[in-house]
Amino acid sequence: MSAAASNQPKLRVKDATKVYATRSGDLLAIDRCSLEVGAGEIVSIVGPSGCGKTTLLWSMSGLHKLTAGEVLLDGKQVTGPSAEIGMVFQDANLLPWRNLEDNINFPFEIKGTKPDRVWIDELLNRVGLEGFGARMPRELSGGMQQRAALVRALSFKPSVLLMDEPFGALDAFTREEMNRLVEEIWLDRPTTIVLITHSIEEAIFLSDRIVVMSPRPGRVASIHKVPFPRPRSLEIMSTREVFDLTNTIKLEIVGEQRSRYPADAAVAPVPVE
Amino acid sequence: MSENDAIPEFKRATGAGSEVGITGGMSALATGPGIRSVSEVLAIVLVAVVIIGGTELLLILFHVPQYVLPRPSEIAVALVTDFPLIAPHLGHTLVELFGGFSIGAVVGMILAAVITQFPFAEKIITPYILLLVTTPMLALVPLLILRFGFGYEPRIIAVALASGPMVMINAATGFRRVDSGKIALARSYGASTLQIFWKVRAPMALPMIFVGLMVGSIFGLLTAVGAEMVGGGFGLGNRLTSYSSMIQMPQFFAVVLILSILGILIYVLFFLLGKKFASWEA
Repeated sequence: MSAAASNQPKLRVKDATKVYATRSGDLLAIDRCSLEVGAGEIVSIVGPSGCGKTTLLWSMSGLHKLTAGEVLLDGKQVTGPSAEIGMVFQDANLLPWRNLEDNINFPFEIKGTKPDRVWIDELLNRVGLEGFGARMPRELSGGMQQRAALVRALSFKPSVLLMDEPFGALDAFTREEMNRLVEEIWLDRPTTIVLITHSIEEAIFLSDRIVVMSPRPGRVASIHKVPFPRPRSLEIMSTREVFDLTNTIKLEIVGEQRSRYPADAAVAPVPVE
Repeated sequence: MSENDAIPEFKRATGAGSEVGITGGMSALATGPGIRSVSEVLAIVLVAVVIIGGTELLLILFHVPQYVLPRPSEIAVALVTDFPLIAPHLGHTLVELFGGFSIGAVVGMILAAVITQFPFAEKIITPYILLLVTTPMLALVPLLILRFGFGYEPRIIAVALASGPMVMINAATGFRRVDSGKIALARSYGASTLQIFWKVRAPMALPMIFVGLMVGSIFGLLTAVGAEMVGGGFGLGNRLTSYSSMIQMPQFFAVVLILSILGILIYVLFFLLGKKFASWEA
């Protein structure tokens, strides 16, 4: 059993295909995406906007049904939301009518279980939100809200964390702080994380592997290993290797986009007199 | 060179200093509102005294007969001396208002919650609800009296018909405000449709529900008094027609005053409830 479990990927996406029925006809959002994520691995998904990253992630979480293909969690097909999966959404997505404490209790209220106070207090301490329980979301800064959302997602100890552009709305400094926080929490208690991001730097800082998706219909275009040791210091992040990897991925994404608009390519090379 | 640098530096420093001065002034003002609101209260009271006293004075000065317009002092006296006579009627009006409004509000809220779950049904039903909102339900009172007599029933039904659609149309607006992100959040924890309703949709709709309750209850009061004026021997509306037919104008205005106070109390009640339970918005 244990041997089988260690060989088995934590999360396995097989030929995931999703077609949306729209007014102007069917829209192929993702096309035969396959991906394996090992236990305790951090994988980022990057790609041009509208390439179906969110669709893919939401399918992994069981929030979306796939048109074809399947998602396996520990070898079992995901057919709906699972207690093993925690989601972090684009904006913090706190419920504005509940204070911080009640927001963190929300998953437990839905599941009908008792919140693990010790673990939650530890998390709150770690993200620096202890003593803010009675505050309403609007009284918290964007970074604090997103940290609260992270605590909420981790509160019920999911074995997989799916993050949908979690820090996209934050300023650059807060974003880096959040990245370091995620790394710190992960180093302490390795959780399988799949992360969608628009920031290649964020992807390199956090991930073991980076999945680059093609423009719509989204396919897995390439997968890059990120071989740098953790914790990833500022020195590591400013090395030549990181720079090269960033450029390679950027070229892949931007290059793909160029090919979508041939007119751009035709206009760009004309020198200005 | 270094001197040149030093001067703007100095200026910037003083600039910052003056800014602190300004914000200091602001904070002095910010402690003001307490005092300012007291002065506001004083101003409001003063204006009221001037208006009431002025009216009293003008009515005496121009020898306006009581049956045209009673003096404020006469109204006050009538309010105190005749209150025991008016009180039971106030009770009847309150019974009609509470009875009709609770039926209307409950049915309105349930309909809104159910209807908004089925967009197609909502499309079909909404025009009729709009019709109910825009048609003065008072128009139905003579008919209701024919059917139900001169008791509470026609009035309670009229109040329910007037307030219910108002509650429903506002509550429906609230329930329609779907935040797909918050619903996805609840679903990611495995929430059932019912849980999503109680823990996401209903709290999200609450501010609009309070607006509906406030407007609906005021409409209910209007309809209750109107229905009492149409027929039957009790209620504040009945007192209005009775006192005016007997040209007891001080008593008539005392009842009008009671109705104004009732309206304001209803407004304040829902305003406070809204503040307590829906203050997260705005």
